[in-house]
Amino acid sequence: MAEFLQQLLNGLSLGAIYALIALGYTMVYGVLRFINFAHSDVFMVGSFIGYYAGKLVPENTIWGGLIVLVISMVGCAILGMTIERLAYRPLRGAATLNVLIAAIGVSLLLEYSGQVFFGAAPRTFPALFPSINFSVGGLVLSTNQLLVIVVTTLLMVALQFIVHRTKIGTAMRAVSLNPKAAQLVGINIDVVISFTFALGSALAAAGGILYALNYPSIDPLMGVMPGLKAFVAAVLGGIGNIPGAALGGLILGVVETFVNGSQWSTYKDAIAFAILIIIMLFRPAGLLGKFTIEKV
Amino acid sequence: MPKPHLLLLAALLAAFGVSHYADRIDPYFLDVLTGIGINVILAVSLNLVNGYTGQFSLGHAGFMAVGAYLSAAVTVFAGPKLLGEDGGTSLQQGSLFFAALVVGGLSAAFAGLLVGVPSLRLKGDYLALVTLGFGEIIRVIFQNVEVLGGALGLNGIPAFTTIFWVLAFVAITIFVVLCLVHSTYGRGFLATHDDEIASEAVGLDTTRYKIVAFVVSAFFAGIAGGLYGHFKLTITPTGFDFTKSIEIVVMVILGGMGNTIGVVLAAVLLTLLPEVLRPIAEYRMILYSFLLIVLMILRPQGLFNFKFGKVKL
Repeated sequence: MAEFLQQLLNGLSLGAIYALIALGYTMVYGVLRFINFAHSDVFMVGSFIGYYAGKLVPENTIWGGLIVLVISMVGCAILGMTIERLAYRPLRGAATLNVLIAAIGVSLLLEYSGQVFFGAAPRTFPALFPSINFSVGGLVLSTNQLLVIVVTTLLMVALQFIVHRTKIGTAMRAVSLNPKAAQLVGINIDVVISFTFALGSALAAAGGILYALNYPSIDPLMGVMPGLKAFVAAVLGGIGNIPGAALGGLILGVVETFVNGSQWSTYKDAIAFAILIIIMLFRPAGLLGKFTIEKV
Repeated sequence: MPKPHLLLLAALLAAFGVSHYADRIDPYFLDVLTGIGINVILAVSLNLVNGYTGQFSLGHAGFMAVGAYLSAAVTVFAGPKLLGEDGGTSLQQGSLFFAALVVGGLSAAFAGLLVGVPSLRLKGDYLALVTLGFGEIIRVIFQNVEVLGGALGLNGIPAFTTIFWVLAFVAITIFVVLCLVHSTYGRGFLATHDDEIASEAVGLDTTRYKIVAFVVSAFFAGIAGGLYGHFKLTITPTGFDFTKSIEIVVMVILGGMGNTIGVVLAAVLLTLLPEVLRPIAEYRMILYSFLLIVLMILRPQGLFNFKFGKVKL
């Protein structure tokens, strides 16, 4: 039982990170209807900003860690907006495949630039926050794991507030529902899309820092696998659906951790895709998504 | 296309002619040519699904892996028994290699059938994701099969791939794809691409067309995998991950989807590009990805698609 709870806890903390990345995919899909392949690399840039900014603040302090977190989120928000402005905006209204290929191009551009500018060798991520392991009733908890859960919860509450209680959030939902009608009622679509990218990228940056704190070896290709899995999480929850992305991320994190602890551990990278295929075949709209009937 | 069979025969003779003089050609040039040939087979076969039939598959590298592993298994495990101690005559080696390639192609086609039947009900982005997922699952399975080398990969594959085999299969792939698409039956692929609902309304079984396209395409991906394995002599599961699939998709899109000549040119260009850019090694991939974005913005119909007016996609 203790082992089960331990695995569950590890899974939830991994799943929280997947959820943070998945939110970016799902929000962009919501407003633009395309898979932003470059999102996983924004996540990678987020951890590298954290790596460099982490050298400027004293290690093992809470305020130092928070400052790094904010710097990385702001940096990635700017990066996300720049990518959208330069690569995706000229392609708005183009065929889906072309946008998809451009997104793959941006993803490769970030990965290869990372290999040239950051170096291809893995680096050790600094211990930004004070980290203590303690045990409660046979469970080993680390403050980093708790930090992941706390920061993720706070960011999700903030996101829920932005999307449902602010003017720009309402505009986002309007664009996601019907872009043309949104424009007709005077919503500036460019601003909304730019804002969506900024928001998603900032969450990915937070995910990048939290991931690097728990798995402190970072390299320019680190985003590929977590990115793909986070995307599966977004699809699992119902793409375009914000609570769905959070739910999908948690489910995926827990399932993966349990598989990793079992005799099938070498298949852990395949399990996410197996889930993806099953969900696509039996419930393409995802767990929380609305199923729309195709009309001829 | 006038007399396609004669053209195929001429291409096969040309392949034989080139291989006859192969030892006089610079080995580096020969290696690059082999790489180009394998990529052309991959791109042209994927074009049948992504271009002509209008489905978006991102799992081509998975089928390539099936072909590479199974054909290598034939030559590595059954080869020594069949050929004997001395390694056999070149005719015996050639027939073993041909059999191995066919085994690889057929098993890839079977994998294509297994993947295609459930996933081709989906469309667009979703189909792309499911095929990507299947491709990754195939890769993870090979990573766990200890007989085939597991994560370390399979070594000691005999060097059977010669320029003759590569050129011959390039010719056969182009021949089969073009004849299929230009046949009466093949109009169904284009109809499925143009308007699925209308095709179904006039009684075409679009699902069947999609599956046929998928299986044929997987077969040739398997052949290309077999040629690749016996050219590189060592294969690892990571060599067939989804970046390889993306590489092939990029060739198809840059060539102009559903345009075989363009796709062949794009495959040649994209294989040569890294070689030409070798002096600026570090920056070449940055340049490559940058060009990809710029091309999508400036020339979305593909580099070699010269149909003016209405752009079909």
